[in-house]
Amino acid sequence: MHLGHTHDGPAAVSADATRPDGTRRALRIGLGGPVGSGKTATVAALCRELRDRLSIAVVTNDIYTREDADFLLNNAVLPPERIQAVETGACPHTAIRDDISANLEAVEDLEDAVGPLDLILVESGGDNLTATFSKGLVDAQIFVIDVAGGDDIPRKGGPGVTTADLLVVNKTDLAPYVGSDLERMALDAEKQRGGLPVAFTSLTSAEGVGPVADWVRARLAAWTA
Amino acid sequence: MSRAALLVLADGRFPAGGHAHSGGAEPAVAEGRVHDADSLADFCRGRLHTAGLTAAALAAAAAHGLDPLALDAAADARTPSPALRATARRLGRQMMRAARATWPSPELDALAAARPRGAHQPVVLGLTARSAGLGPEDAAHCAAYETVSGPATAVVRLLSLDPYHATAVLARLAPETDRVAQAAAEAARRGIDALPAASAPLLDITAEAHAAWPVRLFAS
Repeated sequence: MHLGHTHDGPAAVSADATRPDGTRRALRIGLGGPVGSGKTATVAALCRELRDRLSIAVVTNDIYTREDADFLLNNAVLPPERIQAVETGACPHTAIRDDISANLEAVEDLEDAVGPLDLILVESGGDNLTATFSKGLVDAQIFVIDVAGGDDIPRKGGPGVTTADLLVVNKTDLAPYVGSDLERMALDAEKQRGGLPVAFTSLTSAEGVGPVADWVRARLAAWTA
Repeated sequence: MSRAALLVLADGRFPAGGHAHSGGAEPAVAEGRVHDADSLADFCRGRLHTAGLTAAALAAAAAHGLDPLALDAAADARTPSPALRATARRLGRQMMRAARATWPSPELDALAAARPRGAHQPVVLGLTARSAGLGPEDAAHCAAYETVSGPATAVVRLLSLDPYHATAVLARLAPETDRVAQAAAEAARRGIDALPAASAPLLDITAEAHAAWPVRLFAS
């Protein structure tokens, strides 16, 4: 939301590419998806993969406050001052879409406290298939589903599956055990997404989060270009 | 004044962070004091005449044009619980962001610059009303209504209370909400020293305990 003029003091609006001091802010990427699909594990893997070359911070939106933040802390993927938990009043999708004020404060506080940052990952609490991030909060969004949640999810569509900038189909190693057809998921996803990219991941395999990390690097290159 | 502007500001969907707060309803539900529509009505009535009256008067005074920094100090003095002071400032910062995007004004900019971590929410609400061309009564109505609509919405989520019953509670409280807002606006006209300082000690105590819960659905 731009009003076409600037103010003194703290930023009044959300999607400005520059901070009040004129420097470029960090690229913000949102991660959403159903409960248990591997959002937090993907965030952890991305941090491990990217943290040596990039300055990263994470905002979590737990349903029960600090669970996801604590997971990231306990796995020591980032120092504690780089992880902030936002409380969402039982509605994580409200905090990432309808009223983004608490999340915006979290990303601004992180830039103030540990910046300059290259990348801020904003993780939604596990929610339904309609949960999407506001463009006032993030520059791009990843929707994470998994093969064990049913191979009909790409066919069913919904805003997360159809509009996310990247769809991640996680836990591909489980496909044979849960009877999920990866080819069918890929075909359905392509049909629903009109050419937007899809990444199949198995965080336990050697390739791990690689395809997602490559996509993040490309977004970052475009952001800083 | 614009009646439609008042509706925009009073709308529960106004993106100023309120959705994540229960106004003390979460601990009240956990302790069994709020368990149905009648006990929700009692809770809301108590909050309206204590924290609600105080917040409404602060908001009216800011809308009236009294010094927001003096009002911020007055709000501090009227909020004995450190947890609730922190909540009020966090929500004030969130309200400020929405206010500067919706009704930008030099007065809002000045308060944002003076209190970058947030002034007390009722003060920011009152100044927002002023920037929107609304009067002290309007600001007082917004603040008073918020003190009851927040817990009512939260209890619908916490207890799976029938939403029609919760909304009926708010409707039945409307005449009382009007009277509280009126009294608050009248006090604001008499100056900062005349502002009411009603408080609810149990809300202060449970807010402190709630802030230390390891697992909770609402931020306050």
